[in-house]
Amino acid sequence: MIPITLTVNGERVTRHVEPRRHLIDFLRLDLGLTGSHAGCEHGVCGACTVRVDGEIVRGCLVLAASLDGAEVTTIEGLSDSGEVADLQAEFVARNAAQCGFCTPGMVMTAADILRHHPQASRAEIREHLSGNYCRCTGYQAIVDAVEATLAQRRQEAGR
Amino acid sequence: MKWPAIGYIRARSLDDLWEAQRTHGAAAQVLAGGQTLLATLAFRLSEPGVLVDITRIPELRGVSLAGGALRIGALTRHAELARDPLVARHAPLFAAAAPHIAHPAIRNRGTIGGSLAYADPAAELPACAVALDATLHLLSARGERRVKAEGFFTGLLSTLLEPGEIIAAVEVAPASPAQRTAILEVARRSGDYAMAGIAAALELDATGRVAAPRLAFFGVGDRPVLANRANVALAGRVLDAQAIAAAAEALGDDLDPPADLHGPPEMKRHLARVLLRRALTQFLPAKEMAA
Amino acid sequence: MNEITPASIGLSREDLPNSYIGRSVPRPNVPKLVQGRATYTDDVVLPRMLHAAFLRSPHAHARILSIETAAALATPGVVRVFTGRDIAEVCDPWVAVLDHLKGMKSAPQHPLPLERATWQGEPVVAVVAESRAAAEDGVAALRVEWEPLPAQTDMETALAPGAVVIHPELGDNLVFTRTATAGDVEAAFAAAHKVVEATFVTARHTGVTLEPRSIIADYNRADGTLTVHQSTQAPHMMQGVFAKHLRLRESDVRVICKDVGGSFGIKVHVYPDEVAVAAMARIMGRPVKFVADRFESFTSDIHARDHRIKARIAVDAQGKILGFDVDDLTGIGPYSVYPRTSAIEGNQVVNLCGGPYDFVNYRCTTTVVLQNKAPTCQYRAVGHPIATAVTEGLVDMAAEALGMDPIAFRRINLIRDDAYPRTSPSGMRFEGLSHHASLDKLLEMVPVEKIRADQAAQRARGVYRGLGFASFIELTNPSPFMYGIGGARISAQDGATVRMDPDGSITIASGVTEQGQGTEAILAQIAAHGVGVPVERVKVITGDTQNTPYGGGTWACRGAGIGGEAALQSALALRAQILEVAGAMLQAKPETLDVVMGEVVDRASGTPRLSLAELGRIVYFRGDTLPRDLPRELVQTRHFITKEYPFAFTNGIQACWAEVDVETGMVKVLEHWCVEDCGRVINPLLVDEQVRGGIVQGLGGALYEHCVYDAEGNLLTTTLADYLVPMSAEMPDIHVGHVETPTRESLLGAKGAGEAGTAGAPAALMNAINDALRPLGARVTEQPFTPARILKALGRI
Repeated sequence: MIPITLTVNGERVTRHVEPRRHLIDFLRLDLGLTGSHAGCEHGVCGACTVRVDGEIVRGCLVLAASLDGAEVTTIEGLSDSGEVADLQAEFVARNAAQCGFCTPGMVMTAADILRHHPQASRAEIREHLSGNYCRCTGYQAIVDAVEATLAQRRQEAGR
Repeated sequence: MKWPAIGYIRARSLDDLWEAQRTHGAAAQVLAGGQTLLATLAFRLSEPGVLVDITRIPELRGVSLAGGALRIGALTRHAELARDPLVARHAPLFAAAAPHIAHPAIRNRGTIGGSLAYADPAAELPACAVALDATLHLLSARGERRVKAEGFFTGLLSTLLEPGEIIAAVEVAPASPAQRTAILEVARRSGDYAMAGIAAALELDATGRVAAPRLAFFGVGDRPVLANRANVALAGRVLDAQAIAAAAEALGDDLDPPADLHGPPEMKRHLARVLLRRALTQFLPAKEMAA
Repeated sequence: MNEITPASIGLSREDLPNSYIGRSVPRPNVPKLVQGRATYTDDVVLPRMLHAAFLRSPHAHARILSIETAAALATPGVVRVFTGRDIAEVCDPWVAVLDHLKGMKSAPQHPLPLERATWQGEPVVAVVAESRAAAEDGVAALRVEWEPLPAQTDMETALAPGAVVIHPELGDNLVFTRTATAGDVEAAFAAAHKVVEATFVTARHTGVTLEPRSIIADYNRADGTLTVHQSTQAPHMMQGVFAKHLRLRESDVRVICKDVGGSFGIKVHVYPDEVAVAAMARIMGRPVKFVADRFESFTSDIHARDHRIKARIAVDAQGKILGFDVDDLTGIGPYSVYPRTSAIEGNQVVNLCGGPYDFVNYRCTTTVVLQNKAPTCQYRAVGHPIATAVTEGLVDMAAEALGMDPIAFRRINLIRDDAYPRTSPSGMRFEGLSHHASLDKLLEMVPVEKIRADQAAQRARGVYRGLGFASFIELTNPSPFMYGIGGARISAQDGATVRMDPDGSITIASGVTEQGQGTEAILAQIAAHGVGVPVERVKVITGDTQNTPYGGGTWACRGAGIGGEAALQSALALRAQILEVAGAMLQAKPETLDVVMGEVVDRASGTPRLSLAELGRIVYFRGDTLPRDLPRELVQTRHFITKEYPFAFTNGIQACWAEVDVETGMVKVLEHWCVEDCGRVINPLLVDEQVRGGIVQGLGGALYEHCVYDAEGNLLTTTLADYLVPMSAEMPDIHVGHVETPTRESLLGAKGAGEAGTAGAPAALMNAINDALRPLGARVTEQPFTPARILKALGRI
């Protein structure tokens, strides 16, 4: 068992973890943060997308044991911070979620667009969201929600 | 599947790494970005005894220009390759390749050293390293040695790396003003491994004459394939439609692609030719491209 | 309950502020989804819960010689190991046949096989441990000795002499065959001006629900009850299955289904590993969880659409369709899947080919055979994408053979909108469809002239683009004619209970389930509409057999049409009851009152008279003040079943605009359109995204998705990097339009909308690709339309 101390959603947590524990199982089983989902556990579907040290990662391809000192943000923390309340409202308004299993990962990736690519075009949004599978929606409402949020933020920033 | 039971050692220095290797021998498996290794653990196809996490070893990090060469630390992540100003200026092929690799979340973790060491024949960076005639700095407790990328890849998922040896850095000569590079691929979906791809580097002088052509293909063999005959067909010629056709013709003898789930060998050979034409056409003067 | 008519409730309600039907009301359960606060089955943790993992057959066909469990049992964390014989002690096998599918046969199936494994991926031994990881360690330590047997994998040879008969007791590998005939096919084809024929192949698909199949079974020895948390479409059906096969009383089994991460038909079937989990919980007396990982999903979730269809069409010189002649062959794996059976998909092909068109002569045969591959069964739009690809592929080829424009050809042949009711040559009864109105609407949306001009200009530049169309029909709102008459305990009726609580809030409990399609949202809308309250005052209960009226759940696009109608009728009944009580309290005739936005109002003037909260306070706490014999049950239940038509057919038409890179064989879908008629649209926001999602699933099947087996029956596409599903970058913007032809079977008038997209998209794309390739003399009819197939068709490789 490896001792780790890290920050998860702004709270410091200390645990002893088995090396074989990936970040998603750590979040779900050890911390009870079930918003991040294990859709494939081999790094393809994106349902486990979370932020580590400010960048989105596949939670199923990160060892929890490697995260001593790291800062992790999950969908729960992102929601509570209010950082993407506007994006989430657009998701709701446009029905950009059906079964919702992909949605937390999708919101994490969409938040990455908002942070790093404020001028993203529709094609760039589609490209950036690639890697997050949605089997229900057809993606269009999700792309619409991100595009609308970007436009709204640009307008508010007077750009 | 859940990963098999493994050990974990966090190396904070090269000495930590050598110590872990001494202690665990062949059971020690180096872990960098983990974007391939950890996915394979989920298949339970390999059961490494101990993962030695090298991501905190400072010597393996960073991009720098020194001694007339661009040195890219092995831990440089794909996302960093895409946005690093030194890479953009001196090795734009790597910067252009990065967005083709998987998806943003993977690019935030995966490293150039990991990609080269894993040596997937369909991966972009090994082919770029070959096209740029990169030199790999290999490091072990015994010391450092330097090998050319072209000879580093020895077969399917296999390299010159010896037990206990890691890639420390990738070194390339800075791009000259005459250098032209391009990376193109055909993949079923954005971010997928390529069915066929080309990483092309060459120099064009003021008269449009080709020097030092290095066309490297990926996804069409058991390793990145430097298209020697096609390169010969181009070298010293003025780049025009005839030269491109000659290179495409010569390419047939350079490749011996395997069949895979996407199609038969002849499809890969065909796609490689198409990509060769498209890549080289990008280097033509604008009026010839329009023609 | 059908005595309630639109007139009796006054259509003016459409104009009231709480008229939610037809409005784009955002789903009330989306906020929890976007915040990661839903509850999927794997999120549920129970005290003393164990975890199961399965050893699955590495062979397509093999005899189990021995199973050595000692090392597994010695693995840290492992609690117990179960073989087929252990499970069989408490669990009876099933045989998946339906009486109305004449001659159908299949073999008994145990949760874990006793003697032979018959597909690669079949669960054979279960290990139960303190964690999933430990259970997998235990599986790795199991030693099974196999005797590999010859595998029958090619459906084309399944009935040939020398075929491996997978279940010798059945005599052969034929599961089911049916031929539908109408008119005189031979004569029609002999006399035809043109006959065009082709062979179509639809690839073996699987659903890839992003949430894998998940179950927790918990047997309580004290009271003899089995509680199952399951990601399922049909809780009541599963309740019956668990009870029957585990020898329990149905009332002692409770199935709870909270949030479901996608289903698409994948989660409406009985899976042997899931039944094994219930059996193990029954034996151990403690909760056992099983969540399929992605690799086992690929080998054990049902597959579908593994069909080869030889078909031809006959037309006269004026372009009128004379007939279709279709021969369908499908391989379904080693067992028909319980309880819906694996013969339905082929049967649907027989029912649906030629569906949108007016013609007389029809012959269609389906032959359903066994093979040593993963079992197939009903997956989104069962049979529809196959029948539509065959029909629309032939229609385009016939138009081409006649030199006709594909739109003009469809104009001539689509069933007239005033020709209903009508029975198709295959015997399907149509109450009312709108093919021509849908085509009109589509042509308003698709700039055909501009596209054709662009197509010509691009061709001159060596860029090949094509426009393809596909009309379709879709079977929704099934009656017992689909399964019930065949003996399956699959409910075609559904119920809803609507109640008002003291604070004036409304709760509706329904037998249909939420899989993300928005069932709970439309139930809330309908209940709010029917009772007369703001939609935010409605809470919805689904997915619990102990707390919802008995119903069929989610399948065949029945949630809105069947469950929605039950909700509307129970809500109207509650409103009537509220008005009766209000009338007594206000000394007014009930018919002079109405309920609007949670208030009892004077119907004529709209003047508020009494809040529902006040009415609730009186009824629940001061019932003594009401007339002694006044009925005051503020809870009403209604059930609904269709009676006039076996199915409510919907229709629509799609168009696809695509570009083919003729050098690489890559296809890019540029834009896609769909007009569909699902009757009354309850919530356009939800229907549109259902249609888009369905289209993307259809495009995925046509472009990427394929469960590839080698000749020995080894599945080669076992990861998400091999089985490709659509991602956002490649998918087009999709335009959705509606024509509304409500069914007269219900007050609500709704039909299903969830499968229309998938039904038509592959055919539209195929026709677009072939339109693009036409100048080059190439054509593809084998899905998926991969670069290799397109390059081959072009003669480039």
